[in-house]
Amino acid sequence: MSFNAFLFQALNGLSAASGLFFVAAGLSLIFGVTRIVNIAHGSLYMIGTYIAYSIATKVGGAFGFWGGIVITALLVGLIGAAIEIVLLRRIYRAPELFQLLATFALVLVINDATLWIWGPEDLLGPRAPGLTGSIEVLGRRLPTYDIFLIFVGPFVLWMLHLALAKTRFGRLMRAATQDREMVGALGVNQAMLFTGVFALGALLAGLGGALQIAREPATLATDLIVIGDAFVVVVVGGMGSISGAYLAAVIIAEVKALCIGLGIVNFGGFTVNFSKLTLVAEFLVMAAVLIARPYGLLGREQVAVRSVAEPEEPLRPSTPATKIAGLILLVVLVCLPLIAKNSPYTLVLGIDVLIAVLFATSLHFIMGPGGMHSFGHAAYFGLGAYGAALLVKWFAAPMGLALAAAPMLALVGALLFGWFAVRLSGVYLAMLTLAFAQIVWAAVFQWETLTGGSNGVLGVWPSAPFDTRTPFYFLTLALAAFGVLLLRKFLFAPFGYAMRAGRDSPLRAEAIGLDVKRVHWLAFAIAGAVCGIAGGLFAFAKGSISPETIGVSRSIDGLVMVLLGGIQTLTGPIVGASVYAVLQDYMMRSTEYWRALLGGIILLLVLAFPSGIVGGFVKLISRRKTTSKAAS
Amino acid sequence: MSAPMLSVENLGASYGAAQILYDLSLNVGRGEVVALMGRNGAGKTTTMKAIMGLMAQSTGKIRFDGHDISGRQPYEIARLGLGFTPEDRRIFSDLTVLENLDIGRQPPRKFSDGVPAPVWTEEKLLALFPNLGEMPNRPGGRMSGGEQQMLTVARTLMGNPLLILLDEPSEGVAPLIVELMANTILELKKAGVSILLSEQNVHFAELVSDRAYVLEKGQIQWNGTMAELAENIDIQRAYLTV
Ligand SMILES: Nc1ncnc2c1ncn2[C@@H]1O[C@H](COP(=O)(O)OP(=O)(O)OP(=O)(O)O)[C@@H](O)[C@H]1O
Ligand SMILES: [Mg+2]
Repeated sequence: MSFNAFLFQALNGLSAASGLFFVAAGLSLIFGVTRIVNIAHGSLYMIGTYIAYSIATKVGGAFGFWGGIVITALLVGLIGAAIEIVLLRRIYRAPELFQLLATFALVLVINDATLWIWGPEDLLGPRAPGLTGSIEVLGRRLPTYDIFLIFVGPFVLWMLHLALAKTRFGRLMRAATQDREMVGALGVNQAMLFTGVFALGALLAGLGGALQIAREPATLATDLIVIGDAFVVVVVGGMGSISGAYLAAVIIAEVKALCIGLGIVNFGGFTVNFSKLTLVAEFLVMAAVLIARPYGLLGREQVAVRSVAEPEEPLRPSTPATKIAGLILLVVLVCLPLIAKNSPYTLVLGIDVLIAVLFATSLHFIMGPGGMHSFGHAAYFGLGAYGAALLVKWFAAPMGLALAAAPMLALVGALLFGWFAVRLSGVYLAMLTLAFAQIVWAAVFQWETLTGGSNGVLGVWPSAPFDTRTPFYFLTLALAAFGVLLLRKFLFAPFGYAMRAGRDSPLRAEAIGLDVKRVHWLAFAIAGAVCGIAGGLFAFAKGSISPETIGVSRSIDGLVMVLLGGIQTLTGPIVGASVYAVLQDYMMRSTEYWRALLGGIILLLVLAFPSGIVGGFVKLISRRKTTSKAAS
Repeated sequence: MSAPMLSVENLGASYGAAQILYDLSLNVGRGEVVALMGRNGAGKTTTMKAIMGLMAQSTGKIRFDGHDISGRQPYEIARLGLGFTPEDRRIFSDLTVLENLDIGRQPPRKFSDGVPAPVWTEEKLLALFPNLGEMPNRPGGRMSGGEQQMLTVARTLMGNPLLILLDEPSEGVAPLIVELMANTILELKKAGVSILLSEQNVHFAELVSDRAYVLEKGQIQWNGTMAELAENIDIQRAYLTV
């Protein structure tokens, strides 16, 4: 590839960087001030593309396009303010993860609202009036609109800097990013400040979306793609740093552009198709940055947020009542094939639920007692599933062997990734685990010769005697029960105490001689291995495995299950996974808009039970106990 | 005597399961400087935070200038004219001296009886603290502890407070700054601002305070005039570092 072609790709990268920068800057500002990681930020961007498309096509002409962009940005800003006032304001005191859950529910709702208003088709906007041409650069034609975009990014960066330095609102934002409690004690109404920041962040996302319509069609898949990219940019640039966001947006866009530019390269008989490495590349950059500079290129270590949420309750060994309830549940599950003789579907659902329980419990193991909020648990599910499926595909391995290999491969992956992950904490750990999961996903997706690429691996059927539904159900039940009890054993062994000590006060734990990182690393590995069993079972239950079943959405499903159930109790993930799996199944079959329904239910639950279903229940009971004590 | 500026009745406060303050009552009259004395960990800071609405869990009744402020948000309390300077200063390190002052800015206000409270401006404050006047554009993160102490007081004054909760202004700063702080407190008192001062050091408290409360394990153990406390060696031995 010639030097000129390189430069040309670099220019392309710069114009792509602008859009990425807008979303990331908004995400970063919101996080800085409110400490909420707004997963719905990509959704705001997506709404921007649709609104701008509608104005540009309905109104038409130069005003419809350019005026539409401005109006869109303002409208999306208003939507952001409304979201803050109606929803987020109620949950600022809830644990960080609950806020994540709420913004994720928004993603679901917004996606379906968009589907409802604009329909499922991709919508291509008009070309930009006045900028439809192209000019010759380095012997190739570069659209003038792309050149315009190259300049819009730095311009907005400059405007933001001015606003942050020269306006009182900007100064308040910078002050609140550092210590919002103190800003409140000085007489500033945080609610107003938060609404303002959210509106500004949303406006930037809307602007980014609106500017894209001349380049790419508006589509419903935009939300998760954009939020994924924006996370990477924000984490690479440093949370809360606007300049960092621009720098990172440029780096990521350049790396991608260069991968595309390189195309297929031959390394002495070994060909690598770089244009297919774009997905892996950005996450590799992120992983590298996080390992070398854990707080991003221009970020700095986060001052611990002064705790507003209630502290974690200690875990209690199960009471006799819980034990009996567990036993009854087990008996019911064992009898399920008899009870549900006439509805074979119940068993299929039962298998799904059991796999979900295993998945969620293993995630809870590191999230709750370990305090490590993994956003990439799908990686170990995927390693388990592919480990088993590939053994069957390439070596015609029997199911027993394949199922034994599943946790092994997941264990190896978790040992490798966990070694890096336990060196970080909080949002950064979450993002690194997400990056690792994306790398696994991208590897599976793009390594077609081994994994079958997007088609996945087919024909992974259980061997006799588990080749019919009922025996396979029993196998799943046995393995799920084994996994759950095993994790429980660990938690109440000295190892589990060490884990929790490391979570609650790492310094003190180190002082009494615990190697906290090592303990957490092992915990990460154990959780990964158990999750691998769930993955292996999943492959055999479905008879196939494909990349889309191990993507971001599975990781998020896991988070939702754990949080729904409540992170502070051990029964939480079991209840959460069951409720979520059944709800999802039921709603997917009953309405086209199941996402919105699911999102709405999650929102209601978050607002009603800010400590999860089981947590809320426990609180309710203990409150009743104290009131009855007071009465007597 | 008219109703006190600040009255605290039966205040209790906890961090999670740990209760720190028990049944604590105190008051500060208008124009009065009252010392809240006690050793490390006695609960002085917690008392101030609870008054300011910064403790998630607190009980009791707090009245300020005729308003019931129990359970109110910190910003609402600040807007009634209650200022708070934290012991760890909490300067915004990315913001310059002038920007830090701007964050504290509130409109001029009156006492509930209509008497206007002293009004502070950047010029007045930079004159009051000449060190700050020399570095108006220095970021807060690049200032010495003493300079930060001045800035945190000045930032609170930008809100034109009627009463200030001043948490250990003499802690860890040079003797010259301690003296400056004492003079500032007397200056504020002259201007009609009331002060609740948290302090471990009797000598400093003696310079500026009218009355004192002695705190230990989250409870008031003794109260009386500052002069009485200065003479009562037994109480000092029992509850303070002499
Ligand atoms: N964030 C917190 N979480 C739990 N306990 C706390 C916290 N902050 C303070 N405490 C405890 O509350 C008690 C009172 O602390 P406080 O800071 O009010 O004391 P103080 O009188 O201001 O002491 P000092 O002179 O050292 O500033 C101490 O026992 C302390 O350990
Ligand atoms: Mg203190």
